[in-house]
Amino acid sequence: MPEMIVNPTHTVHTAQATPPANSDIKHIIKHTTSNITPANRLDHFLARMGVRRNEHRVEPGLYALGDPTDGSPVFASANYTLSFDALRSSLRGIDGYILVLDTMGINVWCAAGKGTFGTDELVRRIESTGLSDIVLHRTIIVPQLGATGVSAHKVQSRSGFKVEFGPVRACDLPEYLKTHMATEEMRRVSFPLSERIVLIPVELFLIPLPVLVATVIISLIGGYMVAAGVISAILAGVVLFPILLPWIPTKDFSTKGFIIGGLVALPFAWSAFQGASGGIDAAFWMQSALALAYILIMPSVTAFLALNFTGATTFTSVTGVRREIYVHVPKMAWMFASGIAIMVILALMRILGGV
Amino acid sequence: MFNSYDSNTLEYNPDLCINCGMCSTVCPHGVFRAGEAKAKTKAKLVNSLACMECGACQLNCPVSAIKVNSGVGCAFAMMWSAITGSSEVSCGSGSCCNPILTIK
Repeated sequence: MPEMIVNPTHTVHTAQATPPANSDIKHIIKHTTSNITPANRLDHFLARMGVRRNEHRVEPGLYALGDPTDGSPVFASANYTLSFDALRSSLRGIDGYILVLDTMGINVWCAAGKGTFGTDELVRRIESTGLSDIVLHRTIIVPQLGATGVSAHKVQSRSGFKVEFGPVRACDLPEYLKTHMATEEMRRVSFPLSERIVLIPVELFLIPLPVLVATVIISLIGGYMVAAGVISAILAGVVLFPILLPWIPTKDFSTKGFIIGGLVALPFAWSAFQGASGGIDAAFWMQSALALAYILIMPSVTAFLALNFTGATTFTSVTGVRREIYVHVPKMAWMFASGIAIMVILALMRILGGV
Repeated sequence: MFNSYDSNTLEYNPDLCINCGMCSTVCPHGVFRAGEAKAKTKAKLVNSLACMECGACQLNCPVSAIKVNSGVGCAFAMMWSAITGSSEVSCGSGSCCNPILTIK
């Protein structure tokens, strides 16, 4: 007896077993629940680690969540597991339909920017799933960030469905559904510490292979201390920078990166100046040159990585980023190149001159 | 030098506005504020510098009162497309989202 009471998935199984009441519907409706299984969690973890980034996909199409009727709400989502799972788990206890667009495994906002989560795909999906036969109303709730790709008035004129832009975050949906009015808070994107930290693993795994090869070469030329400097500069850009982002002075990501990279370079430059890593009897000017090399290379590396973090943020404009590239990237290139040149000259002198 | 984000390409023509409320609905940064329905006032550009040029307002303005050169504000994608000579700058177009270039 108690088993039957505590089995919430029971209705889902019956829904799957029973064919739809309206047997005219030739289109396939898949079923889903609000439950996040351990397999889902593993998938989320791997996605966050950047493992097989393009393979965290859900099959596009129409899904029944719970036990929906022809009056139940319809929600649009992307076929990225993190997007789809955030939506269905937020709708616990709510019966509805989820229309999954084919965004090639990319989240709603990024796909909307690219246009794959867009007017064309939404209209196509509404038609191919026969949505107008399944529900009597003509409203589809689209995540607000989908608006970058979805033009509400065009969808309405092409499909007859009214697009209602829901809140930015799926977790606000239950509150939103009470009134179908979003608060100011629900309409704003933020970029809090937790969201910045969660990006760090993916950013780390995104460091391209050439960078690692370069680090190995640099360590061969300049020794382990120099390699440690380069790795510290990379970690400053990929780990420290996202954490400290709002608190580093200046608005430009590049200058923020120069500041952080400069601070991290100071101990290396100081130790080089002290002769700790410049060879036992290195001349004063050689120690100074090595210290200078640290000050040139490390901040330029950190600044470059910091600049690239613009793509992960929720607020940088194309105009601003383009301007940053023009203003700061040449500086980074010159600093890096002169630093490397100093390193190479010092290495050659050490080898040739036996200093 | 220290602030490359002190201007952008957002343009709004209030004369055309019908106060449908879409721009203030879709904007994730509160750039627009909807007008009063009863007083029939128009949408107001209240925080132009917060605009990230995502283009949602332009796409959803039914009377084309808003213009913005929209795109993805990602330095990596922009530099990558400049290097490869590709005209499209967006997520997943062979730059940061290309698994071949990166460690699995």
